[in-house]
Amino acid sequence: MNTRNEFIEVIAPGPLTSVQDRGRHGWRHLGIARSGALDPELAALANHLVGNRDDDAVLELSLHGPSLRLPRPSRIALLGASVDARFEGTVLPMARPIDLPAGTLKLGGVRNGVRAWLAIAGGFEVAPVLGSRSTDLRGGFGGHQGRALQAGDRLPLGSAPSLRIDSPQIARWWVDPDFDEDPHLPIRYLPVANPALADSAAALARQPWSVAAASNRQGLRLDGAPLPAVGGSGVSEPVAPGTIQLPADGRPIVLLADAQTVGGYARLGHVIAADLPRLAQAPPHARLRFEACDAPAAIAALRHRRERMARLRLALASRLPHTR
Amino acid sequence: MSAATASAPSAFVFEALADDAWLLRLGDGIDDAVNARVHRLAARLRAQAPPWLRDLVPAYASLALFFDEAAVDALSVQAWLMTQCAVIDASDDELPTPQRIVEIPVAYGGHYGPDLDSAAAELGLSAHELIARHSGGEYTVAMIGFAPGFPYLSGLDPALALPRLATPRTEVAAGSVAIGGAQTGIYPRPGPGGWRLLGRTPLALFDVARAQPSLLQPGDRVRFVAIDAAEFAELARLQAQTPA
Repeated sequence: MNTRNEFIEVIAPGPLTSVQDRGRHGWRHLGIARSGALDPELAALANHLVGNRDDDAVLELSLHGPSLRLPRPSRIALLGASVDARFEGTVLPMARPIDLPAGTLKLGGVRNGVRAWLAIAGGFEVAPVLGSRSTDLRGGFGGHQGRALQAGDRLPLGSAPSLRIDSPQIARWWVDPDFDEDPHLPIRYLPVANPALADSAAALARQPWSVAAASNRQGLRLDGAPLPAVGGSGVSEPVAPGTIQLPADGRPIVLLADAQTVGGYARLGHVIAADLPRLAQAPPHARLRFEACDAPAAIAALRHRRERMARLRLALASRLPHTR
Repeated sequence: MSAATASAPSAFVFEALADDAWLLRLGDGIDDAVNARVHRLAARLRAQAPPWLRDLVPAYASLALFFDEAAVDALSVQAWLMTQCAVIDASDDELPTPQRIVEIPVAYGGHYGPDLDSAAAELGLSAHELIARHSGGEYTVAMIGFAPGFPYLSGLDPALALPRLATPRTEVAAGSVAIGGAQTGIYPRPGPGGWRLLGRTPLALFDVARAQPSLLQPGDRVRFVAIDAAEFAELARLQAQTPA
């Protein structure tokens, strides 16, 4: 095993790179958001590829990745949207374990999506806060100092089996977790049954929407012909990642992992869990369509995604002897 | 999980809030009796502590329950919830209401509460009368939200209701005690805010380094105790020394 107290140094942070795990549970009654990777299944799979536990901390990067100095030979894996990744001149592919010597890992532009997750053997061993290593960007705690990475940050690495290599070793195989998923399919949502809101909820599916540039990890803002404003009671109710809010301007907001815990806007329904990861990959100005579905369809879609992940892991078992 | 709004015994209405969360509506509007029922139900559900329970989020007239959908299916959770609701419905009046009373020291006015004088003038009161009436009330933490540890307090004397600022401040000091509409609340950390600032408490409302990060819990009773600048300074000093 490697000795502890080794740090990855952040040379350039990228526009929004943060430490995330599967999120923070058990504190929502105190106004504390879930946070966590916007695609927890992919973050877990990235961990799996490098021999980590599913809930170890990874880096989530957005639009452009960071440059990082690795203090020791390390096994890494990148999943999510395609990242232009290089190590000392070698181009690195996605979605597989890669063993790197100590040196500089440069993650550049992201294509075919917005976000990707970098796992490293041993995990990013920042101190857990309220049971999670995820960064709560709005609350300013958790992850690395409660904020996105900055140049000069030093991220502690957990212990991992030592590697003795002097050049990158790239697995010849890769995983394709979304191989049978059409990224252009509509985003499915469960509309509310409330008769006062049913018309607006149904209208969401009748026109295309474009992703507003002001979107972030808290919520995806939609631009399009405004939906008829609905006079909600204005009394705040709990909300959740996936909640579709309709503010007075008629432009819906789909809440994501950093969503606040309560909200007073009218609620049109929720995007199903299986389709939330696709929202996390929608770049500014992307066109989105929505499609109403029912609860059994939501459950079936999530089960389908889980089963696909489980099959992937079964297939990986023979290739990954070192998983802990 | 049914998307259809189904009525449980009595006045409980269930809605799917997410694939892993149910929303129970016990009423609508801001009503102390409804909110008290929300907190009683939350306390009962929390005490049962099923292993798949992740979060219980009480609000003014509703309660969200988040579950681990990998461990239990939504319909089983709904059935369990309906049973619990039926029990609490049948025994509503007999249940004790376990409530802590938390005293919050507040330095009113001056730079602690820059809106005190204008608020008093708007209400036709002297600053002293406004302080006496605000600190003379007893409040309930109806819910916590907006920001970690931000308590929405019900029980404000309706005569003290004040409109929010037309232009919110870009920076409100941590600990600021404020009135917004018919509610009063306390800002846990510095940030923007549009409520009218009457004073400030030296206590830390929210600190992730504490085992219990939030000073207040949903359902707590709250009293404000007026203190002067010297007491504020002393309490702030003690607070800074308290080990996490």
